[in-house]
Amino acid sequence: MESRLVVVGASLGGMAALKVLLQELAPAFTFPIAIVQHRHKDSANQIIEFLQRSTSLIVKEVEDKDQIASGYVYLAPADYHLLIEADHFALSTDDPVFYARPSIDVLFESAADVYRERTIGIILTGANQDGAAGAAAVKACGGVVMVQDPATAQSPVMPEAAIARTSVDEILSLPEIAARLNRLC
Amino acid sequence: MLEIKLCCYLMSVVMSVSQPNLEDIELQLLLEGIYQYYGFDFRNYAVSSLKRRIRKILHAEELATISELQARILHDPDCLKRFLLGITVNVTSMFRDPSFFLAFRQKVIPLLRTYPYIRIWHAGCSEGQEVYSMAILLQEEGLYNRCRIYATDANEIVLQKAKSGIYPLGLMQQYTQLYLQAGGKQSFSEYYTAAYDSAIFRTTLRENIVFSQHNLATDRSFNEFNIILCRNVLIYFDSVLQQRVHQLFHESLCTFGILALGRQESLRLSPFANRYEDLDKREKIYRRLD
Repeated sequence: MESRLVVVGASLGGMAALKVLLQELAPAFTFPIAIVQHRHKDSANQIIEFLQRSTSLIVKEVEDKDQIASGYVYLAPADYHLLIEADHFALSTDDPVFYARPSIDVLFESAADVYRERTIGIILTGANQDGAAGAAAVKACGGVVMVQDPATAQSPVMPEAAIARTSVDEILSLPEIAARLNRLC
Repeated sequence: MLEIKLCCYLMSVVMSVSQPNLEDIELQLLLEGIYQYYGFDFRNYAVSSLKRRIRKILHAEELATISELQARILHDPDCLKRFLLGITVNVTSMFRDPSFFLAFRQKVIPLLRTYPYIRIWHAGCSEGQEVYSMAILLQEEGLYNRCRIYATDANEIVLQKAKSGIYPLGLMQQYTQLYLQAGGKQSFSEYYTAAYDSAIFRTTLRENIVFSQHNLATDRSFNEFNIILCRNVLIYFDSVLQQRVHQLFHESLCTFGILALGRQESLRLSPFANRYEDLDKREKIYRRLD
């Protein structure tokens, strides 16, 4: 389990932001990426197709016990929390956190538990507090946290909450986050 | 003095190389202790959800470490009860994933019409919301009189709640919407009476339901069924325990019996995957072949 894991949290305005982020990633980007995008529980699979158009990595909605593999972009399914085990994903239907299921905090905290300092957490645009506690958990385990520059975010609340909660490593625009990830990889 | 310094240095090297995660060790000890002393086996539960739930319990019990929780659970059976509730209650709603219930109406009900008698096992029924949903569906399709639903859960307290058929009145608006999306044919409010803040579901819905305790981690098959429903329960188990349960389900299903899993679950980890066919691929409804 040498690889790092990239966990991404996005809410209001997240689809457009994720599109830019994925477009800018190198085609040979090898770290697995797990995304929580807040969405309605009835939202269909169009979101997968939408994201797939932006990247040559394979975009997949997670099923229980899916292996965490390089070359994939994993998306938390609607109405389930996404969690990280030693080499695979787990799901839960536990209560929403800050009204959100999937919750960014849940993904980030469980990623930090397993990948520890090899966790890279990224907080994007959003209009709530989800992800701030998760970003703090990633930092507490020695991981890296990058936050979308609130000035460039469609909704600055979520990036600002993460910045206020913990000393994040970098505050960057979306293309800069992608460039930074490409260099780390 | 030098020896102590050297010793400390070596300790820190050993600690950083092997990186033992103390919380993981405490967790294993807790689960082993509960199993040995009380017989409840959580050793093959998925660690990530377990940890999350245990942290919540630590907070509620105002304890700092899992070791402290272990001491309290082993010496205080009341604390065990609270622990079991915190660990085993699966959050759900009536008609969760309405598209599943719609698919069940369209694809499973026509098959059931040919059966003189239908035995259904609802494994891991938690507080019963989905059991009553199925009872309503079967009643509307005119099949309920021919059915017996065995609703089981590992937790006795949860089963009592399921048996009562009483849910917060405030949830009924949401449940009504889900009921309609699931293809409901009546007015949902006909199925319950409101009393203060509660919705009490009609006793006729309960007539053919047998609620009983059954632990998927340790208990065996207890009957042969035409249908087994186990939705969003196995996600809390690791792959070893999932395989055990899939074996149990295969043994407990009759030929052409139907197995329904949660939307993001699959038969992939079942040693018997090739002994089923898809009845509805998207909604994870399978039919046993042999």
